[in-house]
Amino acid sequence: MTTTIAKPSLFTDALDFVQKQGVRTRYDNFIGGKFAAPVEGRYFTDVSPINGQPLAEFARSSPADIELALDAAHAARRAWGKTSPAERAARLNEIADRIDANLQVLARVETMDNGKPIRETLAADVPLAADHFRYFAACLRAEEGAITQLDDQTVAYHFREPLGVVGQIIPWNFPLLMAAWKLCPALAAGNCVVLKPASETPFSVMVLMGIISDVLPPGVVNVVNGKGSEVGHALAANRRIAKVAFTGETTTGRLIMQYASENIIPMTLELGGKSPNIFLADVMDQDDAFLDKALEGFALFAFNKGEVCTCPSRALIAEPIFERFMERAIERVRRITVGNPLDPATMMGAQNSSEQLEKILRYIEIGKQEGAKCVTGGGRADVPDDIKDGYYVKPTVFVGNNKMRVFQEEIFGPVLSVTSFKSVDEAIEIGNDTLYGLGAGVWSRNGANAYRVGREIQAGRVWTNCYHLYPAGAAFGGYKQSGFGRETYKSDLEAYQQTKNLLVSYSDKALGFF
Amino acid sequence: MPELVVFTPSAAALVRRLKARYGALILHQSGGCCEGSAPMCFRANDFRVGANDVLLGTIEDTPFYIGAEQLRQWGTHLQFVVDAVPSHSDSFSLETRDDMRFTTGTRVK
Repeated sequence: MTTTIAKPSLFTDALDFVQKQGVRTRYDNFIGGKFAAPVEGRYFTDVSPINGQPLAEFARSSPADIELALDAAHAARRAWGKTSPAERAARLNEIADRIDANLQVLARVETMDNGKPIRETLAADVPLAADHFRYFAACLRAEEGAITQLDDQTVAYHFREPLGVVGQIIPWNFPLLMAAWKLCPALAAGNCVVLKPASETPFSVMVLMGIISDVLPPGVVNVVNGKGSEVGHALAANRRIAKVAFTGETTTGRLIMQYASENIIPMTLELGGKSPNIFLADVMDQDDAFLDKALEGFALFAFNKGEVCTCPSRALIAEPIFERFMERAIERVRRITVGNPLDPATMMGAQNSSEQLEKILRYIEIGKQEGAKCVTGGGRADVPDDIKDGYYVKPTVFVGNNKMRVFQEEIFGPVLSVTSFKSVDEAIEIGNDTLYGLGAGVWSRNGANAYRVGREIQAGRVWTNCYHLYPAGAAFGGYKQSGFGRETYKSDLEAYQQTKNLLVSYSDKALGFF
Repeated sequence: MPELVVFTPSAAALVRRLKARYGALILHQSGGCCEGSAPMCFRANDFRVGANDVLLGTIEDTPFYIGAEQLRQWGTHLQFVVDAVPSHSDSFSLETRDDMRFTTGTRVK
């Protein structure tokens, strides 16, 4: 691991830049198309994980703010739901254009708030968010109902209708992109939304609301900030929502299901994973571009500092190539530059919070206690003085076995646990020996073997000869305790719709029963 | 045989304080992403304990559960240490209102 050189002005320059572009130092909630102060007048200070410095203040809301947001959403519901698909799609495309036009501001805001490298926010988070709006605008335009002629004079018409007002609770690891994943299908389908961002990362969503405040009719999107413990119940258990979507951990996922059961409403849950990344022996048959790509695939556990639900946090490597592959792979990991994420050369930035940093360090200790061998990393990263109050970890690789806790628990950090397998069957068995089933990776030059592994792994997405691609148009979601429901795919529209059937008789003949 | 779970004095004090305010509580070990891998603290009647939950231990008359499958995967070879630390994190867990956070660490038994 190498460390970037101190560049004290990066943070202040970035903050100055975004503030000159209109980014505020205090954000109220966004309700009914404008910023609205929280009822109880409380705010919290959001700090940057880069250096622990304050970024801006955000509303620390109470249940009364959720009710105001729901009032606004319900006031907008009928008109928005009846807007023509062409008009709704135009609004979504306009949001995408505004995101593109504000790429530099949104990327900096996201990097400062989350700690992820600017090269990721510029190339992935922000452009992908824009593309999600375009994708669902396209899905909406292409959507059709269905007509079934049941007999010569009886016809079943199937219409897609919005659910109404939905509640969405999103996590802190991809603040803007997760907002896009949740908002796009809901809005495309004609719903109004009350969204609660994570308090760790409310910044980019609120900046986005400022950018698009005139694009949507007031009340179509409402954003309420605050703690899950203070406003979560008021939103998720509210009888005025028709659906709840949540991304987070499993116990709260269960709680959300309970709340939904009280109101008999549907839900979508995405609850994390412990994804296997499987390297079959033939990846080393040649020393070529494909092997290089596979080695990068191994190192992708460090993408977004490992704070990804699909982090490939277990690498399973075929025994015959284990030592040769690991030598190359570890060398690749050691080249990861950790440092100020605002530096375009930085590959891995700051963990999102001090709690997250402590949790990761705790798991590194657990790995050591269990006897896993730490082959690189293993502690906090050395960083220059100007960011010494930030939360930096060395990319860490353990070698051990799949029964160890570092192989079973989602660390949500740049910690990779590596083991070997003797056969494709054993790779599948180890890959599936987990509570979760969100993502997986398989690398092979043999299409038949790659296909077999891909079909046998119990996970919602199996990246094959690639990893960490998140295009709109590919279904994303979990098996097992990773939750259920699919996002980033056209079927997600249906998750935000009712099916209305008109069963119409064109005959004047009575049934004859009565 | 040592207990499977122990609570630090600060965890016990936080449970006591929350209990005085909210009444009977329950702790449940979470897994998965974001705020996962930590105990979540709810009002006892807010969270439904299921047939597949296992009682790990009790602190201040407050039960601490974990899902059976999760316990099976975690194993019982290490002792769980529940602590409480200052935190600005966001979750549905009650102690976050006080800018605190329960954590689950481990040590060799």
